[in-house]
Amino acid sequence: MDLEIELRVDGTEHHLTVDTRTTLLDALRERLGNTSPKKGCDHGQCGACTLLLDGRRILGCLALAVAHQGADIVTAAGLTDGELHPLQRSFIAHDAFQCGYCTPGQIVSAAGMLQEAGKGWPSAVSRDPGATDVVLDDEEIAERMSGNLCRCAAYANIVPAIAEVAHR
Amino acid sequence: MSDVTARPRAIGMPMDRIDGVQKVTGTATYAYEWPLDQPVYLYPLQSTIAAGRVTGVDSALAEAEPGVLAVLSHLNAPTLTRPEDPELAVLQSDEVAWRGQFIGAVVAESLETARRAAGLVRVDYESRPPDVVLRADRGDLYSPVHAAVFGSGDGELQDGSPADSVLGDVDTALALSPAMVNATYATPMYHNNPMEPHTAVVTWLDGELIVRCSTQGATMSQALISGVLGLEPGRVRVISPHVGGGFGSKVYPHAYAVLAAMAARMVRRPVKFSLTRQQMFALVGYRPASIQRIRLGAGRDGRLTALSHEVIEQTARAKGYAEQVAVCSRTMYAAPHRRTTHRLAPLDLPVPTIMRAPGEAQGMFALESAMDEMAIACGIDPVEFRIRNEPQVHPESGLPFSSRHLTGCLREGARRAGWDRRDPAPRFRREGRWLVGTGVAASTYPSPRFPGNAATIRLAGDGHYTVRIAAADLGTGTWTALTQIAADALSVPVRQVEMRIGDTALPSASVAGFSAGINSWGTAIWEAADRLRARLRAEHGGIAPAEGLEVTAELPGGNPEAERYAMHSFGAQFAEVRVDEDTGEVRVARLLGMFDVGRVINPKTARSQLIGGMTQGISMALYEHSVLDPRFGHVVNQDFAQYHIASAADVHTVEAHWLDESDPYTNPMGAKGLGEVGITGTAAAIANAVYHATGVRIRELPITVDKLVS
Amino acid sequence: MRPFRYERADEIPAAVATLVREADAAYLAGGTNLVDLMRLEVTTPELLIDVRRLTSDRIEELPDGGLRIGAAVPNSDLAADLRVRRRYPVLSQALLSGASGQLRNLATTGGNLLQRTRCPYFQNVTTPCNKRVPGSGCSAVEGYQRDMAVLGASPACVATHPSDMAVALAALDAVVTVVGPAAERRIPLTGLHRLPEDTPERDTVLEHGELITAVELPPPHAAARSRYRKVRDRASYAFALVSVAAALEVTDGAVRDVAIALGGVAHKPWRATTAEAMLRGAPATRESFVDAAAAELAGARPLAGNAFKIPLARNTMVGTLLELLEEVR
Repeated sequence: MDLEIELRVDGTEHHLTVDTRTTLLDALRERLGNTSPKKGCDHGQCGACTLLLDGRRILGCLALAVAHQGADIVTAAGLTDGELHPLQRSFIAHDAFQCGYCTPGQIVSAAGMLQEAGKGWPSAVSRDPGATDVVLDDEEIAERMSGNLCRCAAYANIVPAIAEVAHR
Repeated sequence: MSDVTARPRAIGMPMDRIDGVQKVTGTATYAYEWPLDQPVYLYPLQSTIAAGRVTGVDSALAEAEPGVLAVLSHLNAPTLTRPEDPELAVLQSDEVAWRGQFIGAVVAESLETARRAAGLVRVDYESRPPDVVLRADRGDLYSPVHAAVFGSGDGELQDGSPADSVLGDVDTALALSPAMVNATYATPMYHNNPMEPHTAVVTWLDGELIVRCSTQGATMSQALISGVLGLEPGRVRVISPHVGGGFGSKVYPHAYAVLAAMAARMVRRPVKFSLTRQQMFALVGYRPASIQRIRLGAGRDGRLTALSHEVIEQTARAKGYAEQVAVCSRTMYAAPHRRTTHRLAPLDLPVPTIMRAPGEAQGMFALESAMDEMAIACGIDPVEFRIRNEPQVHPESGLPFSSRHLTGCLREGARRAGWDRRDPAPRFRREGRWLVGTGVAASTYPSPRFPGNAATIRLAGDGHYTVRIAAADLGTGTWTALTQIAADALSVPVRQVEMRIGDTALPSASVAGFSAGINSWGTAIWEAADRLRARLRAEHGGIAPAEGLEVTAELPGGNPEAERYAMHSFGAQFAEVRVDEDTGEVRVARLLGMFDVGRVINPKTARSQLIGGMTQGISMALYEHSVLDPRFGHVVNQDFAQYHIASAADVHTVEAHWLDESDPYTNPMGAKGLGEVGITGTAAAIANAVYHATGVRIRELPITVDKLVS
Repeated sequence: MRPFRYERADEIPAAVATLVREADAAYLAGGTNLVDLMRLEVTTPELLIDVRRLTSDRIEELPDGGLRIGAAVPNSDLAADLRVRRRYPVLSQALLSGASGQLRNLATTGGNLLQRTRCPYFQNVTTPCNKRVPGSGCSAVEGYQRDMAVLGASPACVATHPSDMAVALAALDAVVTVVGPAAERRIPLTGLHRLPEDTPERDTVLEHGELITAVELPPPHAAARSRYRKVRDRASYAFALVSVAAALEVTDGAVRDVAIALGGVAHKPWRATTAEAMLRGAPATRESFVDAAAAELAGARPLAGNAFKIPLARNTMVGTLLELLEEVR
């Protein structure tokens, strides 16, 4: 079954007809030619397809495109605003990646994570669950980023790269 | 041109990655992402039996699905020219040699349709019970005969080494030794699991086959794919500029590229094929499981008298792959009496492949655990015990080492890790509910140079250089490091050098594997640069001619010095672990590695490779294991929710340092390999630290809570 | 994935009526589990009714001091809600120890409760599984048993329920409100999920067409001192081997009230009623905790490959209660 939907991706409106089975990830990669989000497992278990959906980080592989009619989507390609996002610059400076395949997802996830922390959301390692301020130490960042696997295992650079931006 | 004595200046600089901006924005184009005109999608059929044959394929329902273009099986697949490799001979017979093997494919207009239709194909089988259990008491263990370089090179083991080695009389020496360790260690089946799934996107264009695939070796893929398809190598072009990790599993092209090429030929459209994560557990190789018996004998002076390392490992019944698990024990320590053996268990399993530090990763877990046990038995500090057993020359070949600074790594690493504050007694330190312990292990990996490399450098009239070689960057930093090498070899700033890699339209290159990449490609580039500089001086007075100047250096051979020197990287790793006394949960609080890797080309990317290897070592030690179900013959835990790799929360302090050394014989840059050495010994350092924390010696990986909870 | 129709309902009765009419239809909320199972063809609905905007996404105060959580409240919003964090910390902690930030943003409260087991044989359509294909046999009972149940399992199914949130809700005496073809009904959380018996294809007591609309929390009592402890095969982003949700109230050195639920050990969140009964009125000491944990696990029937869960569950229960005791003091 095909349905018509609208998506706003990295600031551009798109009208497209999709199979109901098509995920947001496949709609972006196969239909709109935006291959910034990656397909690492297609199973909700790696984080490579992380997108900002209406401002929140989510997994594109588990979201049906038809269920997100009219959504506003941001990928790592759209985080740039003429120049690189501070997270992107920090990832390069810290060499927070190797093969680069998980990297767009890491960066989008980090952007979403920083917003969550800014709202005072706790994590599983937060010591005071009732606290309204989040101090993003390395342990907090690592826990909040644990949904983005990196097989090259650049974690020891990813966490400092995010911390540098978080502490600005 | 500037003088040779100005070298080096780019080498040693922590340059940012050349492909950094593309990677952080997601605009680096991986194989599957190439824009194509009207592509079609392939979804494979996999056998649901582990042994037997296909007796019937009913594809009527699948073919009736709108959008389905073709259903392939052994009944209609094109005949391959060189089907002798059972792994590449896809769809050439009705035989099933492992569960999950390709037995067909559906090609359709959309990915969704192809996958759905694949589920509608009905396959009948004649099956026999699978035999997939590795045991030391199997009656059919055999000595490997021809496993080198995937069966295409000389030698019994994958790396070309002999299967067995004997010096002196181990049994007598052990019987006479005042101290002895006799223990069996086991490592499970591991899967490489690069984040980018294996992919082939195939286009036939004017009789030429263009394969965009994720590969660690475009030249090798070209040779194998063209050979199987019966094409001249020149008619197959392999393009692979960005590779989303490989860790060995993308060295050999496996069968997926062949399957996609077959399909593209049948439907006459560009075919896109990417494996799913689950399919990767059956189709792109794995690190074979091992059972390793180690016996060490030592005198009262703490010097080894005997060393025996006997290995039994998994292999596929379809194709005998033999990994060099005990070869590290031939290199590491002095002992007059020594023996190593390798035996294979032929099983109804997929063909194994190389995975980061193939052989050494498993072997060094066993050897370095046993060395810890022996140090304890001798009452000697494990750092000192290793130093005491340092050999003067290679213990088996008798060759001098091109450079060997293991003692320096152990001493400097111990200093930085605060080792002198360690109380040797196990179960000594406690912080709340956590038991805290520290452990050490050595690391090693050979530093080979591969034959078959060529590099072309073109100097344009405007003074810019273009360097061309079909090398691969799978996150290793190749692109950046080779640019630095070329700049120094040409004595120009890096901004004057453009590097082109990852395409068989470029001069041939050996694979990115065995820590041989920079050594092999860098040497070819260095040679081409030397020749270009000489010609520029001799023919053009050192001034770039307006029409440009191009030089190619072909290096068909390896390193001639390898006949006179043993070449290896070394290291020492120090782990601090915390073990929850209630639950047995293990956390690696700190991992410090001190390495001897020769001259480091790019400290930034080199550090990333070393910490990457070490962190994969944490993952190997604590989390990863592929579980076979003996009834079905498949890997049960075939996804990332069940096959756990380390996540950010598992990694605390991981530090990699190196000695400021240069190797005089490995290559003109003075570099040694560093892709693999980081994962060797890590698991042993962690297991040794777990012993120190808890008093429990774990000899079977991974170290999971069930082995520690009580 | 089987081709399917997608519809968005405007109101609950219409959605329920459609589902009742179509045997092959399913509700779609966050989709984090359903879309995945559809891709694997573990489940193959012909029609999806999107209910994400149909039920409430608000958390409201109840007159008795409890909270009413709309079924569409995302897991991350529920975990971050200050009322939940301060009054029911065990619930916030359980949510935060499940899945990842991205998944918690998509997953809903109702969907979390109805997620299905991650048993590898259930998720692999090439192996027999009674839950997926009734009567085909259980591959896990003699297969890979690490993640399987030790309590309340049957020869037909040894799967475990994967939710962390549900374990906390079980300890908190939460009630699920459900709308179906008949009247709205209220189901205690501990009665929502079933033991497998010989019909493991049924995870819950819900009838086809019934829709979870909310979860209600009673006013906190001991819950002010509550916590969730999860043991798993890596530090984060993994399902529980064993988890414990516990709440403890101590007066004059004796246990005044206690609630304990276990995750990772059964086909449903396992409320440890035997241990609770032993502990009420008993001295709040390690010995009492050890005895109560042992009594709760006396009925456990582990398989060869998951016997470690018995000492692991015991130690985790005792450890969690001791931590709460520290907090109470």
